[in-house]
Amino acid sequence: MPVRSVLVDLLAGNRGGQILLAVLLAAAVVVPVSNLLLPADSALHVPTYVVSLMGKYLTFALLALSVDLIWGYAGVLSLGHGAFFALGGYAMGMYMMRQIGERGVYGHPVLPDFMVFLDWKELPWYWQGFDWFPFAMVMALLVPGALALVFGWFAFRSRVTGVYLSIITQAMTFALMLAFFRNDMGFGGNNGLTDFKNLLGFSLQADGTRVALFCASAVAVAAAYLLCRFVVRSRAGRVLVAVRDAEARVRFLGYRVEHYKLFVFVLSAMLAGLAGALYVPQVGIINPSEFAPAASIEIVVWVAVGGRGSLYGAVLGAILVNYAKTVFTGVLPDMWLFVLGALFIAVTLFLPKGIVGTVPVFNRAGARHRPGRRQSPEPAP
Amino acid sequence: MNVGSVQARPELHDTILYLDGVSVSFDGFKALNDLSFYVEVGELRAVIGPNGAGKTTMMDVVTGKTRPDRGRVEFNGGTDLTQLDEAAIANLGIGRKFQKPTVFEEHTVFDNLELALAGNRGVLGSLFARLRAGSRDRIEQVLETTALAPHQKRRAGDLSHGQKQWLEIGMLLMQDPELLLVDEPAAGMTDEETEQTAALLTRIAGTRSVVVVEHDMAFVRGLDCRVTVLHEGAVLAEGTLDAVQNDARVVEVYLGR
Repeated sequence: MPVRSVLVDLLAGNRGGQILLAVLLAAAVVVPVSNLLLPADSALHVPTYVVSLMGKYLTFALLALSVDLIWGYAGVLSLGHGAFFALGGYAMGMYMMRQIGERGVYGHPVLPDFMVFLDWKELPWYWQGFDWFPFAMVMALLVPGALALVFGWFAFRSRVTGVYLSIITQAMTFALMLAFFRNDMGFGGNNGLTDFKNLLGFSLQADGTRVALFCASAVAVAAAYLLCRFVVRSRAGRVLVAVRDAEARVRFLGYRVEHYKLFVFVLSAMLAGLAGALYVPQVGIINPSEFAPAASIEIVVWVAVGGRGSLYGAVLGAILVNYAKTVFTGVLPDMWLFVLGALFIAVTLFLPKGIVGTVPVFNRAGARHRPGRRQSPEPAP
Repeated sequence: MNVGSVQARPELHDTILYLDGVSVSFDGFKALNDLSFYVEVGELRAVIGPNGAGKTTMMDVVTGKTRPDRGRVEFNGGTDLTQLDEAAIANLGIGRKFQKPTVFEEHTVFDNLELALAGNRGVLGSLFARLRAGSRDRIEQVLETTALAPHQKRRAGDLSHGQKQWLEIGMLLMQDPELLLVDEPAAGMTDEETEQTAALLTRIAGTRSVVVVEHDMAFVRGLDCRVTVLHEGAVLAEGTLDAVQNDARVVEVYLGR
């Protein structure tokens, strides 16, 4: 089937998706032009720090998309997606650490600074190959995917659902945080990985690199959106919604529910890993705080605010909440967590369908394929 | 009629379901106690019994939801169901209707039937599945059978209670099972709906075997079929409705001593 007709099929009658793709495409064209071609004193010039800030929001949008796929459609409330995001980020971080080479503080040609500091003599086995970009990128997808596969295999096969599943995903990310805090794990302990210099030989300080990362993030969000949309519109996607709403019925129809959950959990984890890999070069650091349980809960708040079960709602929620976070942490840094908590309560009480469920422009079209958004993550077992 | 007679092992070729000495206990409570009975190919069978007699547990055992402590459950000439999970049993050709109508509320009536359509149940297969013309015909056929054709584009959650029951039965038909287990289909239905449901089930039987668990005696009379009475996890009596209703032990169990 030609690509164009698939695209038309995925976007037909889907106002929110059309708007999302148009905005992403426009941003990927306008932002580079504005940043690189317009003089710095022009009113339309976008400063580089804003480009990176927006790029960061886009990686969060990708992360929110991955959570909406599993929560909004399959009804699996993962409170551990920060772990997959962080693992993708660490894979990218390891690549960029190897790119530093002799320019580290200790000037060691192979070992990153923290390993020299720990008096290690050679690179641990699991750091091998990360000097090669394609390998690091594959790992950024495979490691989160493999963790999701193993974790999900045990959890879904044992039919752990609802709140219990959410709690063990929190435990998973918490355990990883404790592990990555340890210096002898070989990932830089609580400092994490930082002081990056290059990506693919390009300086991370250069405007061009920053703009390219922004564009890559926009393209990644657009591609991931189309992929997720393909999945949820397929018969498999309708099975997932059916699992969310009446899991036993799906089983007695002869579907192996655990296979479906596992598939979507692994896919979702890989998207989160990709988001992490794009995030790290734009913020310049990855450390174990990304594994913090609260970080994973925050992602769910973004999705809930935007509107669960629509995909584009998750993107909108991630960008709006993070913009608010940037503003608030600038004005009242101590208040942010209270604001976030209040926001979650307010959305749950007053906007159960999130922003996109409330704004009519999103509601008109494509209703058939947009499943409703229940507030409870799972029907009672 | 062999009211209350001991079950002889039936000939395999005309038996669709054969339970042999099945026992299940939950925390010491014996939900099924050495239960044995069989259902013939194409038969419509009603299973009645007071609360706690083990009717639903029997269905759970047959459909793989509950694993029995002892006993065998043979399907269609020898397949032992006790070793299989729900999905495998469903794919062998056993459909189950729940007591509370269970449909996919956020999907349309048509999509509900499409998901139930017999076919590839794998993730990859359904990721790239497209609806074939033949399948569409079958869905339309079932929409007619269940009188849901005018509602096919509606969200299943918006249907009336009776329509949901019918949709669920329609989903079972899409599954094309050889054996249908139906748990209290008349619960919460109007008299007219109850009558129509009995007629629908009678029509389905013949081409497939149907086991109906029911409390409503009027409904069971409407089915006009062989009746099995369960009590304390075992068969108390079996025969026509009139025969079992006149059985002294059945009267005692139902009316109290």
